[in-house]
Parts: sequence; structure tokens; C-alpha cells
Amino acid sequence: MELIINGTTHQVDAEEDTPLLWVIRDDLGMTGTKYGCGLAQCGACTVLVDGQPTRSCVTPVGSVAGLPITTIEAINEDPVGRRVVEAWVEHQVPQCGYCQSGQVMAATALLKENPQPSEEDIAASMVNLCRCGTYNAIAAAVRDVAQG
Amino acid sequence: MNLAALEHFPLSHRWPINLTRRGFLGASLGALVLGVLLPGGTARAQGAVAEAKPGTRVPAFLEIRPDGTVLLKSPFIEGGQGIFTAMAQIVGEELDADPSRFVVECAEPGSDYMVVGGRRLTGGSFSVRSSYTTMRGLGAAARQMLLQAAAGRLGVPVSELTTEPGKVVHAASGRSIEYGELAAEAAALPVPEDVPLKAESDFRWIKKPVARLDVLEKSTGKAVYAIDLTVEGMLQAAVQHAPRFGAEPGAIANEAEVKAMKGVHSIHRLPGAVAVVADRWWQARRAVETLQVEWTEPAAGARFAMPADFSSDGFRATLAAASGPGVAAESEGDSAAAMQGAARVIEATYDAPFLAHGQLEPPSALARWNEDGTLELWLPNQAPEMFQQVAAKAAGIEPEKVILHSPMLGGFFGRHFLYEGASPFPQAIQLAKAVGRPVKVIWSREEEFLRDALRPLSLARFRAGLDAEGLPVALEAEAVGEGPIGRWFGRKPDAADPSVVEGISGKLYAIPNRSIAHVPVESPAIIGFWRSVGHSMNDFFYETFFDEMADAGQQDPYELRLRLLADHPRQKALLEAVGELSGGWKRGPFTAEDGSRRARGVAMASPFGSEVATIAEVSLRQGEVVVHDVWVAIDPGSIVNPAIIEAQVNSAVALGLSSALLEEVVYVDGAPQARNFDGYPILPPDRMPRVHVRIIESGAPMGGIGEPGLPGVPPAVANAVSVLTGQRVRSLPLSKMQFSATDI
Ligand code: FES
Ligand code: FES
Repeated sequence: MELIINGTTHQVDAEEDTPLLWVIRDDLGMTGTKYGCGLAQCGACTVLVDGQPTRSCVTPVGSVAGLPITTIEAINEDPVGRRVVEAWVEHQVPQCGYCQSGQVMAATALLKENPQPSEEDIAASMVNLCRCGTYNAIAAAVRDVAQG
Repeated sequence: MNLAALEHFPLSHRWPINLTRRGFLGASLGALVLGVLLPGGTARAQGAVAEAKPGTRVPAFLEIRPDGTVLLKSPFIEGGQGIFTAMAQIVGEELDADPSRFVVECAEPGSDYMVVGGRRLTGGSFSVRSSYTTMRGLGAAARQMLLQAAAGRLGVPVSELTTEPGKVVHAASGRSIEYGELAAEAAALPVPEDVPLKAESDFRWIKKPVARLDVLEKSTGKAVYAIDLTVEGMLQAAVQHAPRFGAEPGAIANEAEVKAMKGVHSIHRLPGAVAVVADRWWQARRAVETLQVEWTEPAAGARFAMPADFSSDGFRATLAAASGPGVAAESEGDSAAAMQGAARVIEATYDAPFLAHGQLEPPSALARWNEDGTLELWLPNQAPEMFQQVAAKAAGIEPEKVILHSPMLGGFFGRHFLYEGASPFPQAIQLAKAVGRPVKVIWSREEEFLRDALRPLSLARFRAGLDAEGLPVALEAEAVGEGPIGRWFGRKPDAADPSVVEGISGKLYAIPNRSIAHVPVESPAIIGFWRSVGHSMNDFFYETFFDEMADAGQQDPYELRLRLLADHPRQKALLEAVGELSGGWKRGPFTAEDGSRRARGVAMASPFGSEVATIAEVSLRQGEVVVHDVWVAIDPGSIVNPAIIEAQVNSAVALGLSSALLEEVVYVDGAPQARNFDGYPILPPDRMPRVHVRIIESGAPMGGIGEPGLPGVPPAVANAVSVLTGQRVRSLPLSKMQFSATDI
């Protein structure tokens, strides 16, 4: 099947029900998207499918064939993504960093859809888990981007 | 743990191994170049014994490249705590090189890196405080070598030379030479000894909020963890463990069918597990979980065999029934007599559950047998030499033949020490041997929940005697259970395990008669170190009981703490500081601006050589505890990076709160009930409080940073909840409790 990832079309030979996460990581060798739980619990595997934040660990690859998929590897190609990364650096958000690809993707999805999210919007969208407890820094960084 | 507690980390582990001081590094590396591993990964100069005192041989640590960037081999592993940045700051300060120009990686096994009191581990919040002077000395020695090289080059005496960041300067002639140009010559010089260190007043980077070196790569998905690694020709493996530790795989009903699944290379029986090796991990996982395995009962006498009837509730009852007096940990005055003479005696029993680490990166291990007979391993670990030893034993080769790489950790919190059966590397070694190709094993989150080494379930009994004024005159406590130090490093029969009693013993309050004991009861579960170890539950036990004492004596708990710390100015000042930081102590209940009823709780802790005072403000929303603000005053004596400290306190507050509110590993019939985060919730973003940090440098000996922010949080929250609800909190997590009123 055809996967369109970060603007590039890839032919992949995987069972349709293979989670998108493992196709991205193992078939395509892009390891920025992380496996944390495999059960839509943590959000470490968040990618954008057609602009929507999507937990790739529970997304059968067959269901997203032909749709535009964005992973963390292309984050700097997106103007909003670039600002999110800048804010992440400015606020020194990551600790272990393992959840942060997913956090950055979730923030980018939110801010692309809603450039000026309220506190409630931020709380409703930024739901990925971080075992290192970087939540306050994440919220501050998102607020910063929102305030331009 | 205090630095003195290092003695409890002996050089040998309870595996039958001995750590040799033998390292990989050849004795005669002639350049400021490390390059222990040649491209392609085969090792050179194996087996040479490095004679130098750990932390002194500059070439083992530093490579200054022609472009002036500095490669630093860190004795410590980075897992979010900021240690790579701190090491660059400390070495850079004395080397006079900007920390932002450092590239830091974790050093391979070797005696040069045994800088934690002759040992090497990343844990116990030991890293900076144990190596601070050593690493400064290393930077200073390297700078001196560069000065000498420049003196030779310029034909001037060293005394006429100074440095500016990244270069040697000869002011008299206006000439300067970049470090990068001098590195090769400098490396050929002998390493000078006892080079004087900078005065603190001249610090350029230490004590400053220097930016972390790894933030950009971690914000763009470029940071590489063990789970991400690939080597040529690699296969991937997934495992299914025996539901109970000690059981072994018997018949497999559908082996042929699974063997025929797409991508499957082979099926393997391993100690306590079955594995499928496949082209892709998902294929391996699906296949291994399809296997219908009959598990045999653990053989008689199997180590740590999990009983079929084991339950966490039952174990809690076992601990409650285990009577004292146990092994004395602390004894002062005559508590029995003081108890007799007390106007009032109160007592209470506290417990805290098994906890999982829940680091977000599931464990993995990649093994490759090289043609020269060496075994190369990439795996998450907090103690490279110990893993090297155990890996060698598992592989049946000499430790010198094990080339160990320690990639960045996706969180650890104590998860990646050596615990029996808790790491996938023995499986990777065996599978790679069996299939004749490199193999990466990844544990699914479900397998991780099954084989994590848990924070021990513990229980403590307290009695306090109060005088007529309501002041405590006697305190007796028994901490019941087993700790990870005793489990993995041994405990003398007549000695308390420090990881069981720390936080109950060692308290500074002026209670003249005290007797603290450890009542040993072995845990059938595999137990391990969990961020702040014994303090993670004991400070909850003690500091929450403290409020019970205060209430029984009709004392305000904050004022009583101040009073009992009158002779300890450092701690008293810290308590005053956190009071001030929170806008002045008020216990409540009071009504907040939003109309909610709130209360505050306070707690003190003395973990890992640092002192911490914590205040938390809580309310209830639909019967659920909401924590609004946490104020933390921390005194680590002296500091390296205030921004990292603030981040670590935030992180420790989050984990401490997560444990107080939500976390509990429940065993029923020998099996953990939760196998993923759906059944084991951890703190989500909407339950994170605001965190306010004040750092105080009292000038006391440097303490730890990674763990100390945690232990004060559960008791501060529990104390606040008690004020608000009138219900004592004696067992965690709070999510188990029913609060009578929904919103108070
Ligand atoms: S790995 Fe997908 S949500 Fe956790
Ligand atoms: S930074 Fe470690 S899990 Fe979020």
C-alpha cells in the first residue's frame, strides 16, 4: 500500500492491521515517533493524520493509506511546528524526552487548528502523559506560542 | 541515602559475580582521543588494566576536536535528570570551555569512571555530589595541559598565559591559540596532578541556569534511545513471560501455526519466557502473544518463585501481623520509660503499596556477537560495569569481551539497576546466539508491568508519647518489610536495611526518646529502587504521623515543627522559607477565591544529603483530591544549575503526587492486575499542580537533586487532606479513600 509521510510517498508491504507506529518505526526507520504503551494511553506515538493528532499505536496502517501523515521528523518544515519547537527549547521542556515527540505533535496540531487556544482548550488537547512531569513547562510553552 | 550509604553499594552484587577493576581502555592511548570502539564496533586493546585513580586520566574523558567542540565521556547516564549538562558545566568551568560546545555521552565500562567513591552508578542522587571535585579537577588538569602545549608552541612560560573560553591567550603579545589546535600536543603531555581549582567567585557557568544540551534533539525526535537502535542484519524479538516468576515454559499447543505466521523467523524457549524472533517487532509480538504456552509450576527452591496465592492485600496483612521488636536502626534515650511517663500515648499504623516505575520507554536490549568473539550490547542501565559482569556471565565469556553501550534513557527512576529477571538483555544475548544474527528484544508495556522490579509494599507502626503540654517526648517506630538494598546487596542479620528505615530514622526533631527498628519480612515480589527509595514512603509515614502527634497535643503542625527544629538552624530556616514562599503558613480549612474549601499541609524531609520543606494546598472536587499548589524549599548545600534543580523538583513533585493520588500495583493470585496504564493510572496533565521552588544554598556539603523533591509531597498532601476532611490518611493511594462529602 501507499503511505504518504511528510510529503513523501512510500510503498510499504505490511499487513493492513499493523499499527501505523510500527510501520513508521520498523519499515521506514523513522524512530522519532515513540512506543510507550501500545494502547492509546500515553500519546508518545502521536502523529498527524490529515492534520489530526492520532495515536499511531492503535491506528491500523490500512486505514490511513493515501492520507497525508506528518511525523516529528518533519516538524521543522511546518511554520507552527517550528514555533512549537522554539518554545520547547525556550522553556527547556524535555527531561528524559521520550514523550516529547508526541507532546510536540499534539501541541502543533492544537495550534494549527486553533492559533489562540484558551486554557481550557489547552487542557483539553494536551492530554499526553509525561512520566517526568514536564506538564507545567509544556503548558507554558504552548501558551507562549498561542500568544505569538 | 547519604553519601555514607554508598557503603551499602558494595562492589559485588548478590549475583555470584565480582566486579574487577579491569576496563576496556588500553593503558597507552596517546592522544586526547577516546575511540575505544573502532568503527564497525569491534573493540581494541581489550583487557588492559588502567592504573590511574578513577577520574584523573584526562584522555579517558575528554576529546577536544579541531573545531573546538569537546567530547566528554560521562561516568553517568542521562535519563532526564540533566546530568550530561551538569557534567559539561562542571568540567567546562575548570577547562574554560563553554558547556554549549560539549557533546556528552555515557562512558563505556572502565575503572577510570568509577568516580562514585570507587564505584559507578547513576542513582541515589549521587552523581554531581560524589564527583563534583573530581570532575572539576579533571577539567583543571586538561586546561593545564593545554596551557603547557601553548607555552611550547609560543615559546613563552606558562605563567604568562591565561585562557578565555576555548582558547589560550598570551596577553603580552596579543596572541591566542584555539584549544582545538592544541589538543593533539596537549594530549601527549603527562596529566598534571593537583591543579588548583577556580575560586567560586570566578565561576562563569557553575550555579547558572545553563541551557540543557539535549533539549533541541529531544524536541525534534532526534534523541536516540535503546529502543530505537538498529544494526545491520538485525532481527527483532518479543517475549511472553511466565505469568508467575519462577514458572517455566512447557508444551506449546500451536507452535507450528505460529511459526508459519508472516515474518516469523523462529520460536524459542527461554528461562521463564518464550520468545519469537521475526523481521519486524510487531510480527514478533503478535506471534508470541498467539503462542499457547503451558507454564510449569516453579521448581522447588526456585529463586524468587512467585507463590500462586500471593496477593498484595495478603502481604499487607502479613506485614501487619509481623511483630517487633526487630532490628534496631536508631535508639536514643529511653523510649519505653518515657512512654510510661507520658501524659498521653497515641499510635497508628501506616502502609504504602507496591509501585511500578512506569518510565515511558519500555525496556529493550540489542545484542550482537562479533566475529572476534566479543559480544556487543546496547541496553538501558544505571551501572555499566555491573551489567557488563552479569552479561558476561549470561554469555559465558570474560567480562572484557562484553562491549557495553549505554544509550540515553527514556526515564528510569531506579528502573534500570540490575534486578533478577527484570531486564531483557539475557534474552537478547541468548537469542542472538541462537539465530546467529543480531537481535533486539523489546518488552511490550504489558510484559514490562509483569516484570518490573517494584517499590516494596511497606508498613510502619508508630507510637508517640506526649507530655502534659502536648509535646512529643517519645517516639517508637517499626518499619516492616524488605528493602532493595538488602535484597540485592545483602543485609547483615543484626543490621537494619537503610532502604527500609531511611526517613523514619535520621529525623532531626527534638524528641528526646526514640527507638526505630526494622522488622524484616521478605517480599515474594521482585523489588527495586524507586525514585527516593525508602524516603518515598517513609517520609509519608513519619510526617503524616507527625501531624497526628501535633493534633493530639493540640499544637499547630507547622509551629510544632519549627519548635522541634529550634536547634537545627538549617532546617528551621528552610521551613520558614517555604512558609514565606507560600505567602505565610495557614493550615485552613479556608475558602479560596473560587469558593472552594481548601487546606494546606506541610512536611519536612532530609533525603540524599539535601533538606526539603514542602507545603501543598488541596481541595476536593466530586470526592476527588485536587492539588492546586505545591511549594518546595530545597537546600542542597550548594548547587550547579538552578534551572535543572527547578525542573527536577517539578518532576519529583509530579511523581510524588502521582504515587500519593493514584498508583498501586495490586497482586492477586500471584499476578499483577494491571498490565498497562489503563489499569495503572499515572498523573495526567490536568492533575498537575502549580509548583513553586525556592533554592537555598546553605553551604552545607552538597546534597542530591534528582530524588529529594519527592518525599515531602505525599505527606504534605495527606496532611492537607486530613485537615480538609477530618479523615486520617494512613494508606496510599488517596484514590482508594472515600471522602464523605463530595465537595467540602
Ligand atoms: S504508544 Fe500510543 S498511546 Fe501510548
Ligand atoms: S520527558 Fe520523560 S516522559 Fe516526558
